[in-house]
Amino acid sequence: MLLREVEYAKPSSVAEALAILAANDGARALAGGQTLVNVMKARAASPDALVDLNGLEELKGIDLAADGTLSIGPMTTYAEICGSAEARARPIRGEVCAQIADVQVRNRGTIGGNICANDPTNHLPPLLTAIGAQMTVTGAGGDERSVPAEEFFVGVYLTAVGPGELLTRIVIPAGRHDGFAAVTLGADGTCIVNAAASVDGSLRVAVGCVGATPVLVHPASADDDAVREAVRGAGFDAPSDVHASSEYRAHLAEVLAVRAVRQATERAGG
Amino acid sequence: MESSRAITVTINGVEYEREVEARKLLIHFIRDDLDLTGSHIGCDTGNCGACSVIVDGVLLKSCMLLAVQADGATIETVEGLSESGELTPLQQAFSDHHALQCGYCTPGMLMSATALLRSNPNPSEAEVRKALQGNICRCTGYWNIIEAVRAAAAQ
Repeated sequence: MLLREVEYAKPSSVAEALAILAANDGARALAGGQTLVNVMKARAASPDALVDLNGLEELKGIDLAADGTLSIGPMTTYAEICGSAEARARPIRGEVCAQIADVQVRNRGTIGGNICANDPTNHLPPLLTAIGAQMTVTGAGGDERSVPAEEFFVGVYLTAVGPGELLTRIVIPAGRHDGFAAVTLGADGTCIVNAAASVDGSLRVAVGCVGATPVLVHPASADDDAVREAVRGAGFDAPSDVHASSEYRAHLAEVLAVRAVRQATERAGG
Repeated sequence: MESSRAITVTINGVEYEREVEARKLLIHFIRDDLDLTGSHIGCDTGNCGACSVIVDGVLLKSCMLLAVQADGATIETVEGLSESGELTPLQQAFSDHHALQCGYCTPGMLMSATALLRSNPNPSEAEVRKALQGNICRCTGYWNIIEAVRAAAAQ
């Protein structure tokens, strides 16, 4: 498919990328392109210019701090996360990335692209919400702000990253144990419903595919009934489509939340 | 910012220098500009894998990459698998095991299987299935493709 005419820039630093984005209203950052290039083919997105973030080493890499905090560059690919010794400190990240799409997409698609696209069926928005990730967003002047996941995901395809800004770091706090469960269209396919859980004394559960953004709940305990009750009480109105009715999605939300919580509590040692 | 730029890529050992529009996908550059038509366009939506090529050692779908992004890259396509004109063990195994019917998906299947066997010379059946997940075949039911990859690995 021939794309609409588009300008292209390949900045050599984050500062240069931010300057180009700030100076051009219709410019958009190009991460792995495994979503953006396809929506451009369909004319569902039609940026005037692409600012290619590939090759910016500042935006890559996984650092494990002495206290166990993981800091991940947004241009780190799924495959790099799957293969990273540092990321294994928090195995859920690699486990979930290994379930996304296929080898080719995992080789090119990035964690930052996944969450900035914020497709409601993506794996990583609910996962990062449950595990309490903090996103560093950088503006044109180099000003940084830290946005918690529950405020980062704003709406369908919308995040807290505004015009002229870039997601520059994803920070995952230490000391939690995590779980993830999904019902997908075929093995490693698109999620119909997914759920992630993270436990560290308190329990955080985020359900995906049932609303515009991940639905975060805090069950009173890890008991199956408490988890089900918390999901039921979240007040979301799950969409209906050819794959599942709204009622079935609501049912799956409870079932998958329970499975994710069980995995997290097993990891926490009971 | 520019709407086109001059790029240099090395494909199957041959260096090409061309001016390309920024909007041109890598698969169109390979097929239309360079006339290397072994790599196919199937779905053009990133799902089918018929356009899979190896870029700087990494298996990618060339319909989800801009040609300008490949500037400086070393690319392998299906035409480059066999250097001598003889079939590679993997290609021969595809023939021996009837791993293709219409053949449309085959270039992508061969590139994915080649990438797999480089990183994992002796894959299990499950590993072959996982490695070929990004390649859709609408004829064979996959069974013979998986057998062919495992047979090539056993050689």
